[in-house]
Amino acid sequence: MEFFRDTHIDWLGKKWYFLGFSLIFSVAGLLSIFFWHHIPLGVDFKGGTQIRVSFTQTPNEDHIRHAMDMAGVHQATIQRISDPSGKAANKVIIALPISSASDTAHDVGRERVESALAANYHDSEFNVEQVEIVGPTAGKQLQHQAEWATLYSLIGMLVYLWFRFELIYGVAAVVAVFHDTLITIGAFSLTNQDITLTVIAAILTLIGYSMNDTIVVFDRIRENLGVSRREPLHDLVNRSINQTLSRTVISSGLTFLTVLSLYLFGGEVLHGFSFALVVGILIGTYSSIAVAAPMLVAYQEWRGKRGKTAALPAVAKKRAKA
Amino acid sequence: MGNKNLAAKTAFIAGVLLVFCFGIVGIPHGGLVESIKRQINLGLDLKGGVHLVLEVHVAEAVGSETDRAAAQLESDFQKAGITGATVGKTDPAHPEVITVSGIPSTKVADARSVMNGNDYASYDLATTTEGNTTLTMKPGAIRDLEARTLDTSIETIRARIDKLGVTEPEIQKYGLGANEILVELPGLSDPGRVEDVIQSTAKLSIHEVAGGPYNSEQDAMQANPAGVPLDSILLHGQGTEGAPDQVWLLKRASVVEGTDFRDARPSTDQNGRPNINFTLTTDAGDRFYKYTSAHSKTSSNPGSMAIVLDNKVREVAAIDSAIRDNGEITGGFTQQQAQDLSLMLRTGALPASISYLETRTVGPSLGAASIHSGVVAAVGGMLAVMIFMLIYYKGAGINADVALFLNLVILLGFMGFSGSTLTLPGIAGVILTIGMGVDSNVLVFERIREELRAGKTAAIAVQQGFAHAWTTIFDTHVTTIVSAAILFLFGSGPVKGFAVTLVFGLLANLFTAVFVSRVIFDAHLANKPRGAELSI
Repeated sequence: MEFFRDTHIDWLGKKWYFLGFSLIFSVAGLLSIFFWHHIPLGVDFKGGTQIRVSFTQTPNEDHIRHAMDMAGVHQATIQRISDPSGKAANKVIIALPISSASDTAHDVGRERVESALAANYHDSEFNVEQVEIVGPTAGKQLQHQAEWATLYSLIGMLVYLWFRFELIYGVAAVVAVFHDTLITIGAFSLTNQDITLTVIAAILTLIGYSMNDTIVVFDRIRENLGVSRREPLHDLVNRSINQTLSRTVISSGLTFLTVLSLYLFGGEVLHGFSFALVVGILIGTYSSIAVAAPMLVAYQEWRGKRGKTAALPAVAKKRAKA
Repeated sequence: MGNKNLAAKTAFIAGVLLVFCFGIVGIPHGGLVESIKRQINLGLDLKGGVHLVLEVHVAEAVGSETDRAAAQLESDFQKAGITGATVGKTDPAHPEVITVSGIPSTKVADARSVMNGNDYASYDLATTTEGNTTLTMKPGAIRDLEARTLDTSIETIRARIDKLGVTEPEIQKYGLGANEILVELPGLSDPGRVEDVIQSTAKLSIHEVAGGPYNSEQDAMQANPAGVPLDSILLHGQGTEGAPDQVWLLKRASVVEGTDFRDARPSTDQNGRPNINFTLTTDAGDRFYKYTSAHSKTSSNPGSMAIVLDNKVREVAAIDSAIRDNGEITGGFTQQQAQDLSLMLRTGALPASISYLETRTVGPSLGAASIHSGVVAAVGGMLAVMIFMLIYYKGAGINADVALFLNLVILLGFMGFSGSTLTLPGIAGVILTIGMGVDSNVLVFERIREELRAGKTAAIAVQQGFAHAWTTIFDTHVTTIVSAAILFLFGSGPVKGFAVTLVFGLLANLFTAVFVSRVIFDAHLANKPRGAELSI
């Protein structure tokens, strides 16, 4: 069985559509990040207290709120959890803002919420499943560390691609990955879902996946460049994308299948995590063809116009030993 | 390729499989699931437990060290016959600086020689513009003291946690900020109790009472119009059980403190109320004896002492008689408090107070639910992938499925051998591994199909397909391994958990998707006549 055989799609000819598509999603995400939901940070980064409570019967949010008010806990947000299929679970997340978790009075918020429920909520039994209290210091440290670790790893990949290909290949790949990350974070902002530490792990995963996908295309470009140096770069890149198209669709499709299974059956804890992957795999596959490759060609053509020779990777000498 | 060579390779693969199976289940006793659970460490997010990050206020240790040095300097001056000099700390923002003022001009040389003595070797001497002398703790000495304080804190916390009976607690320095400690306690679900045991009596010391009690700080300031003397502090607390909050003026330098206690037992006083009997170390006993005999009721200079717990006065008592190394604390404790406090004293007090930066608790039921749905989803996804590979690539699909399965076995085996912890983000790493594993196979198969289309024979197509795909697979894997290694170095917690499984998974993948899959192809072709079709 074969889905794609000998495709001749002019991918680069569609670069303006791609640009438009990418711009729409990036700008929508950016607008949401700057003017609407901002980047909805979870308690991990923002700091604060978050308590996940499960009830034996359907919880009544008004009664919970009333129970909190009676005990003098006024700033609590109460949110019913639903599983990915949209069915509401008998679980509620009670969150208190950052002021409840200063570095000095760390645990006060949790105790107040628990005692408020115990004293004033009589509808059904409840059980505290998960408590997360993050003080302002820890939240900032975690955020900085995640940012730096990601930045360093991007630089590491850039340097490796520079060494194996050419600088422009590394730059194009990193730009594509950045594009994916931006759109994924934009999707979180648009849908107003919290970015937590597990979501960061998912973003790291999509960075890895997108990078993998881009390298596959680049590798084929490098290989073809070694064989036919006369062919215009535009045609050669198109041919390379078409040659790898079958692999791209099948690999991405299968990974997407795994991730979709995680999204549908992975349970509520993994919800944000698998959402990021579902978005990320789609956009990561798209960006290899629609961002990284056109950028490479645009750069070489721009160099060509200025009368310089195109920066081509030295194929023979750097090829890994098979 | 000869059959002999092939047999050797097959044996090698079987050996690797066996070794990593051992890594997953160990020497099996009990059920398979129990064996796996014993070998593979699950993170707190999967098995439930308490995760705490706390900060040790190491500056306090510097403060009490200089307090002690200041008190020592004062007595050294007295011994040397230098009178009229004031020793104290003027700037609360700089606990490492001791200021000496008012040294009589005739005694300057004597004072110098005292301060240049061996006891103050860890201080830098300097003269200020006002003619005072300052002793500043050397930066190296401060660093040493801070490092020691952090280590002692970790040891103390470990001793206390051990008393809670937690299996496999994790207590270590936390890389994110300076002076932070990570505490992970699997199986517990009440962070409140843990925090109580770690912290409730962070710092215990006995001080000389210099004035008071006063009803408020204003009263205390009125009674001391010159302000609080340099060598003293004002502290709140209740002198006896049920008394209202009062304020005392206490000497800053403690007579004895946390580390001086050798033993402590909960007990009851003559009225049957819970109290604590303590024993001091020999050294501290000598000091305590000197102090109590100088200030007992019958002495020329009777005084009282205050027992201070977490910067709160818990008890103030007149000194009835000289005490050497045995005493008792009666502070209106409940039975539980007396027990907890004596536990703290026995295991040693923390050298500095601590505060909590982060608390996470995952109930065991939630962790189990996460594992269950995570495994169901992962297995479901993998099965779907495997079935697709069989349909799409027919015979070669078997290669891919074997390689994928083997990949997972090796990955889990790695986890078992290295004792790394599998976390939720770690599962993300597994998913990326599966994704890239499938991709490697697809790359190879698509390439082989291309070569076949170009009219090459099965054996040549397989050889060429692997050779061309290898360049790509090498680059994608090395790039990702580079980035995962960097995440491992600079990350902690979830980022690290992700990086660990990813690196292991990709290394395994290089082996399975390239080497194992190739051997299967070769074995398959070796049994066929030259020019036979390849099922792909």
